[in-house]
Amino acid sequence: MIKIMNKLIWCNLSKLLAFLVLTQSALAHRQWILPSTSIFSGKDQWVSVEAAISNDLFFPNHHAIALEQIQVLDPEGMKVDLQNSAEGKIRSTFEVLLEKEGTYKMGTESSRFFARWKDGEETKRWRGTLEEFFASEMKDKPEVQLANYRSRVETFVTSGAPSREILKPTGKGLELDFLTHPNDLFAGEKGRFRLLLEGEPLENGKVTIVQGNDRFRNEVGEIIIMTNSSGEFEVSWPNAGRFWLSASAEQGAQEVNGIQLEKRASYILTFEVLPD
Amino acid sequence: MNSKTLQKILAHLVPGIASTLVSAGEFKATIEIPRLNVAEYHRPYVAAWIETPDREVTANLALWYDLEMRDREGETWLKDLRQWWRKSGRSLDLPIDGLSRPTQPAGIHEVSVDMTGEPLSELAEGDYFLVVEAAREVGGRELLRLPFNWSKGKAVDVTMAGERELGTVSLKIENN
Repeated sequence: MIKIMNKLIWCNLSKLLAFLVLTQSALAHRQWILPSTSIFSGKDQWVSVEAAISNDLFFPNHHAIALEQIQVLDPEGMKVDLQNSAEGKIRSTFEVLLEKEGTYKMGTESSRFFARWKDGEETKRWRGTLEEFFASEMKDKPEVQLANYRSRVETFVTSGAPSREILKPTGKGLELDFLTHPNDLFAGEKGRFRLLLEGEPLENGKVTIVQGNDRFRNEVGEIIIMTNSSGEFEVSWPNAGRFWLSASAEQGAQEVNGIQLEKRASYILTFEVLPD
Repeated sequence: MNSKTLQKILAHLVPGIASTLVSAGEFKATIEIPRLNVAEYHRPYVAAWIETPDREVTANLALWYDLEMRDREGETWLKDLRQWWRKSGRSLDLPIDGLSRPTQPAGIHEVSVDMTGEPLSELAEGDYFLVVEAAREVGGRELLRLPFNWSKGKAVDVTMAGERELGTVSLKIENN
């Protein structure tokens, strides 16, 4: 019995540790979910996927994205099993059988609350849910500040003809409205997208795009684009390859039960651009 | 000597005979698959189609791939014909009747299309491109776009040379 208890505590502890590392690193490094390829022909194809948080795109060198955070949805929005999965130190991997025709979505979605307060000279930190925060004595700590970070990391793959059901924005957090389908991007053409915050177009939002293989370049060569008044932006792909797109939005502070709550949302996408 | 060279020689010697080689009202594309000296050679997948100047497919003409593999495994690599897959293949039911053929060896191959039947009988007059795309497993990919005008009474004879995965590609339209 004690053994089981120990095991349970250990499990939770290791999860918490992984989580702390993740949330810390999520802010400083690049998260990505990368499919072996994003366009498939033929029946019942397999896609192999890597998920990591690293400095270089797309080379694992820092931390894995936990498998339990990753969800795969088929073209009709039904959950699909991750198969042959493994969670390593610096990379998670899994495979998915694409049994249906259309576009699949793979990604993580999270909403986390962080608190900071002063304990004398020292700054203390806490994380949990909003309910836990208000149920605890955290809310009465000196100089307490509360923040909510919501994030999305996603990628898309298509078997046969691309479909749009799974692309529909959810209206929550920061996300993309795909005016151009993410599995229909070709060098020499333009991709058009709309950045949405809580389902509304985000004007003047900053979008950063980096091509993979930056390890073999001396300059990151990032493309930085600001969204227009209808939240839209257009990208001329410089060449074919794998790309990483990221955007974040500060939503300012609001008061919740007398506590200042600062909100921030981020969005990350990996995708392929094919040669013409 | 291949049939094309023969035809050229005949055209010089006896113009009348050469023209009978192209039967009345014929749309004929020739696609040369080059002989390549590579360690691992697989015959290329090839697609040929007609598209408008704004690059919309109006007719599929040919598709050569491993169509006899078990469990239709040959379809796995159709996506490597990237432009064809994107513009047409991915929304078709395979195999396409009458157009699908096994992969072809190095050499010159003909694709003749009946001008009295669909899709050519339905093709509106105007400017088009004959597009030929080839993709080879463990190899490269190449796409050629031959411009032509489709009008009553107008003959077409265009030729273009590929650089790697395609040899000479030509289109001949007579007695339109």
